[in-house]
Amino acid sequence: MGQGEAPMDAPSVAQELNGAGLRGVKLSCRNVWKLFGANADRKFDAADLTNLTAAELGARGQMAAVRDVTIDVREGEIFVLMGLSGSGKSTLLRCLSRLIEPSAGAVMFEGQNLLDANPAQLIDIRRHKMGMVFQHFALLPHLTVIDNVAFPLSLQKVGKSERQRRAREVLELVGLKGKELSFPRQLSGGQQQRVGIARSLAANPELWFLDEPFSALDPLIRREMQAELQRLQSVLKKTIVFVTHDFDEAIRLADRIAIMKDGAVVQLGTPEDLVLNPATDYVAEFTGDVDRAKVVSAARIMRPRSGGAVAGEVNARDKIVDIAPRVIGAGQAFVVRDGSRVVGEITPQSVLDILLERGTRR
Amino acid sequence: MSTDAATAPLERRSPWPLIWLGFLVAVVAIWLLRDPLIWLVKYPDKLEINLAKWIGIAAKWLVAHIQFLTRGLAAVLDMPLDTAIAVLAKGILAPNDAVIVPRVSWLGVIGAMTLTGYAYGGLRTAATVFLCFTYIAFFGQWNGAMLTLASVIVCVPIAVALGLGFGILAFRHPRLATWVVQPSLDLMQTMPSFAYLVPVLLLFGSGPVPALVATVIFASPPMVRATVLALRSVPEEVMDFGKMAGCSPQQKTWRIMIPSSRALLMVGVNQVIMMTLNMVIIASMIGAGGLGYDVLLALRQGDIGRGAVAGLAIVAIAISLDRISQAAAEHQARPFKSGDTFAHRHPYLIAGIGWLAVTTLISLFVPEFSDVPKSLTLTLGDSLNEIVKWININFFDLIEAIRTWLLLNVMNPVKQGLLMAPWIAILGGLVLAGYQLGGRRLALLVALLVAFILIAGQWEKAMISVYLCAISAVIAALIGIPIGAWASRSDWGNRVATIAVDTLQTLPTFVYLIPVVMLFRVGDVTAMIAIVSFAVTPAIRYTAHGLRNVSPQVVEAARAMGSTPRQILWRVQVPLALPEIMLGINQVILLSLSMLVITALVGTRDLGQEVYIALTKADPGRGIVAGLCVAFLGIVLDRLAAAGAKRARERLGLLDINAQH
Repeated sequence: MGQGEAPMDAPSVAQELNGAGLRGVKLSCRNVWKLFGANADRKFDAADLTNLTAAELGARGQMAAVRDVTIDVREGEIFVLMGLSGSGKSTLLRCLSRLIEPSAGAVMFEGQNLLDANPAQLIDIRRHKMGMVFQHFALLPHLTVIDNVAFPLSLQKVGKSERQRRAREVLELVGLKGKELSFPRQLSGGQQQRVGIARSLAANPELWFLDEPFSALDPLIRREMQAELQRLQSVLKKTIVFVTHDFDEAIRLADRIAIMKDGAVVQLGTPEDLVLNPATDYVAEFTGDVDRAKVVSAARIMRPRSGGAVAGEVNARDKIVDIAPRVIGAGQAFVVRDGSRVVGEITPQSVLDILLERGTRR
Repeated sequence: MSTDAATAPLERRSPWPLIWLGFLVAVVAIWLLRDPLIWLVKYPDKLEINLAKWIGIAAKWLVAHIQFLTRGLAAVLDMPLDTAIAVLAKGILAPNDAVIVPRVSWLGVIGAMTLTGYAYGGLRTAATVFLCFTYIAFFGQWNGAMLTLASVIVCVPIAVALGLGFGILAFRHPRLATWVVQPSLDLMQTMPSFAYLVPVLLLFGSGPVPALVATVIFASPPMVRATVLALRSVPEEVMDFGKMAGCSPQQKTWRIMIPSSRALLMVGVNQVIMMTLNMVIIASMIGAGGLGYDVLLALRQGDIGRGAVAGLAIVAIAISLDRISQAAAEHQARPFKSGDTFAHRHPYLIAGIGWLAVTTLISLFVPEFSDVPKSLTLTLGDSLNEIVKWININFFDLIEAIRTWLLLNVMNPVKQGLLMAPWIAILGGLVLAGYQLGGRRLALLVALLVAFILIAGQWEKAMISVYLCAISAVIAALIGIPIGAWASRSDWGNRVATIAVDTLQTLPTFVYLIPVVMLFRVGDVTAMIAIVSFAVTPAIRYTAHGLRNVSPQVVEAARAMGSTPRQILWRVQVPLALPEIMLGINQVILLSLSMLVITALVGTRDLGQEVYIALTKADPGRGIVAGLCVAFLGIVLDRLAAAGAKRARERLGLLDINAQH
């Protein structure tokens, strides 16, 4: 329970604004389990596992690192798996990329079950369609920066001049121009991770896995890299699965977040959904400290147009923190616009409620 | 339930003191009843099996059937070896001994080696290498040294390739690793180096190629271990990256794992080089020629001075190759600029080859470039002989007194004790210890291996080996542990000890014999001193390392409680470092055994001598049986010590430090 599309009482407009439902599903996993312990190498039927509690599994000498997870990752979104250590988020990521063989379930990538792919097909998919960035960078110490970046291309037997050209291109994209001939050990942590990012982009993948990419960096560098990722994504529009244990990072980057605990997804939704409607006390513990005005958008708290007097208009995507001075200063409702369409209105009272954190539910 | 579990260990005392007491009583009883129970004291001859004969027959059969194969292999190996010897030592000669192509000039070799040292390790390494090779040139050892170097140059790549191949195999198939590769490695490394020579001699005949084969077999095991270790050390994430980048299994091995674990692999290469050098010298007994042969000849003729000079030349080569390969392991490539030509990227390589070519070309016209001019060489041998003579004349009484005292008061009593002790007592004691330290499996292993020695009829010689080895190991530990403790307590001491230990470990086993024979002549005391000086290094190294690695917080806590430095050492550091010290002693025992066989050259009466005799008589059965006995002794002692160290570690809750074994 608890995972899946998590039907929210939020208006569908907000979801629509986030692009949900509009874009195709790129990667989805259905009832994926990963068991460790006795017989863990065997394949199980997800249906047989569904009703087993952790204690019952324990009695069989097993432990579920991933429990019955079903999620859809949509084309072009940043999908964040968030959880504390031991919650199974990294294991799930590795199941999605099939670095770990799931014990049960299916992983559908572009309509094909990844778990049915034979080794040759898998190599082909990984070479051309997937990229991955690692927590500790996983750079090859014996290669220069440019050779590291060109490495995936050289595996595909791309010609030398072509792969050098491509590597230079992505290095420039991540702001490492001029460092091509350095060795990884000569770079700072942030620069090394930029190399890792460049390398994962070299083969121009469609699906991009980022496994806690910024966790090993200092807080300041981490902020910088998060901004960098947002900038890259605005240009590249990849489908991203991003793993983190940092809720602030999740909120900042995610289109949608899945919060995991004990191997299962506790709640799945947009940052706004989570902040405004935490499904469990566990989720509420993360959202409690978040400044809601920075997360919630105008569309989220608007009401249908009443026809009363308005003092101006705001964009549906504007965050409350940005429009609050104008709305409260004017003391009157504002029209909410999405492009050319008027979608509702927003009152000073509702803005104040958010600012003062009044009421957990709207 | 929980209270039971908590109090039980306190109430139930360990049964082992009682068991050992019972064992002791039984032994005394057997001793008192030794006349009726003589078969328990002296192993009955009737129960011995003449394994040597059967193995000999089997070996002869094998040889007859696979000789075509071995001879073919020999012919293949002959080519690179001949080439290396021609290039370095002899040149290409016409049938009438006229030189067609000269060997490389000695000045060229010195320059090229120095340059190699500089390229990898900078000025210090270059200076060391330069001094070493200059010594070789000016003390008349050039020809022998080049023969030795030629064998090394051919052996090392073969041994590294073999080791790498088996290492990768063992890494990819863990089951194969535990059941086949690991035991074979253990056996190969505890088997005395001489024992390899016997079957090789049989299969390949004698000469430089058989020596090469024996050397390769002897020198590859450390590379296998290093490879497995290196591949296992590749971070999980890097392996995942390889998969995600779409590597095929071959690409993963050769483009990710091998290059990214290069530093650890180079440590293996360094070990291979040192083992090769060590074995090349021993292999001179079956015709490898070179410096080893010079030393052997000098030892046989009693010309200690000449032996010492040749021995020092071996040391010089060993130190040079060791420093260069260690520097290469730590060396990190410079980035190239994209427009760089080959010459830009490899300036030292070009310069080295150029220098070799130029000097060799000149040597065609200037003989001084070809051979080290006689007028420049110094002879050290005679003056060394004079010094030895002087020492022997002036200190004969003192040395003789030490020798006699050691023999009468230490060595002979232990020897007699071991020889008279009932075999059943020794077997039982070892098995019991195995059961206490490592459970049923270890006890069974110990029983089987010791029984082999009994059945093979090697008990008496084995006991002599044990006596020499035990005394030497105890003395080495008594010397090494305090030095290690001292080294752990001061930075200065640590530096001195590190240099000393490093140098001692570079020396080939053979070399240790020379100075001892100079002073003590042949015999058990000489053997013992040589073994001690060879085996003392791990005691120093492990003790220093173990004491230094005791958690500083624990030491601070002890100091905060008001402990004196002495109390900190004895009540905190030593107990916590004990597992590692035990591993050091374990290494001491293994090194003692491997040196023991070498000391057969100076006339001991143990298993080593048995192997040596088999070698001179080309008797494969005898040699293999005696060699196996030494190996089994080594494995028994090694396993017991390792199990003891593991138990101690578990009791202290320390992490598995995953040392050598």
